Order: sequence, then structure tokens, then C-alpha cells
Amino acid sequence: MMAEVKILYFAGLREALGCPGERLALPAGVDTVGALRTHLAARGERWAALDAGRNVRAAVNQRMAAADTPLDGADEVAFFPPVTGG
Amino acid sequence: MTVSVQEADFDVGAELAALSAGRRDVGALASFVGLVRDDGGADGVSAMTLEHYPGMTEAALQEIVDEAAQRWTLLAVRVIHRHGRLLPGERIVFVGVAAAHRGESFAACEFIMDYLKTRAPFWKYEEGAQGGRWVDARDSDGSAAARWEQGWDEVEGRR
Repeated sequence: MMAEVKILYFAGLREALGCPGERLALPAGVDTVGALRTHLAARGERWAALDAGRNVRAAVNQRMAAADTPLDGADEVAFFPPVTGG
Repeated sequence: MTVSVQEADFDVGAELAALSAGRRDVGALASFVGLVRDDGGADGVSAMTLEHYPGMTEAALQEIVDEAAQRWTLLAVRVIHRHGRLLPGERIVFVGVAAAHRGESFAACEFIMDYLKTRAPFWKYEEGAQGGRWVDARDSDGSAAARWEQGWDEVEGRR
């Protein structure tokens, strides 16, 4: 059975993609943050905002994550631009 | 050691007073207040909207405070970060640190701000004369946070 994750997009990335988030059944082989990002970017057009060359950060289950962070046990994955608070 | 993420403004004096209220062991209170700034450029900044990641934001701030408390002996810490639409001159963030001595309070306050700038999920959207734009992260914020990995805490915080 494919695992379903909640994906969230924030700030300028949310605007570029035109949606705040989605639910996605992870396809076979999409088992890391980097693989999920590649999978989403491959949708083309506005999803190019997630292309490898773009400055995008990620979190898994609300903790900062890296490209090689596994999605095993992930309920919520977020993609966003570098943070600018403070 | 409490953090708050809120739309409402805060009272700097009351927050500072609360950090040492009823205690006899606090010898130093350091604080930082960040404000919305109109940079005075041609476009100007007429307003700023802070977006955040509810849930993760609070956890990320708490983690930063916990890490500061591991590095220095701190008696009390308070972090407040606002979100929503703010005008130039309005307060965005408060960090207050109570310690026995000034070295620990200054260093921990700066550490918390440096880490907040690179690890807490907030994003600024500026409105100006030419419209709105998302603020880009600055390289200097990354290097400010990175210096704490290089033993600067030994130099700055433990004199």
C-alpha cells in the first residue's frame, strides 16, 4: 500500500505553485525529500519552481530536513524558500 | 523558557520585568527587539506581512531556546515573534534572556536571534510603492548563524 503524505507549500513558493498544499500517495521509489521534490518538479510548468537549481528548503514532520531525509514515517512534508523572520 | 507566536503586540517593559520577577539570582537581563524598518529606498516599505508555519514555528523556536540553555547557564528566556501585517516602526520580535552575568545573557540573546533568522519558519513579504515582494534571505544571516558552530561561543560567551 502506498503511503499518503500531506504536503505544504509556503510563502513565495506557495504563490509560484498556486496552491497551499495537497495530499499525495507516494509513488514507489519516492522515499526521500529529494526524490519527492524531483517527482513534483517533473510535473512541469509552474512546478519548475521546485527544480534542483531553485533555492528551496524542506521540513519533514515539522523539522528541518535535507534532500536525503527519508520519508519513512513522514506524515507531513513542507517545501518553502529560505526563511526570513526576525 | 517560553516562546510565543502571536499577532498581538507585546509590552517590552512587562516582558523584561517578568524575566526576573520574584528572583534574587538574576544579575543580567539582555534583550533584543526587532522592528519593521522602512529602508528609505526609492520603493520604500509601507507594510510588511509575516507568514509562518503554524506548529513548526513554535517547535523550532523552543528548540533554539533549548540549545541556548545547553550552551550557557540561563535563568529565564522569553521569545515572542509576531505574524500578520505590520507597519514600519512596529515590533516584530522580542528575545529576553536572564542570567547571573552579562556575558551569558548577551551571548545567548545574540545566538537565539542568529539561529531564529535561519531556522525558524517565518517569511517576510514587503509592500512598497512599486507593489509587493517576498524578501530574499541574506547570506550574512547564514554566516551569522554559522559562526556559533566555530567556537565563537567560547570566545564571546564565557569571558
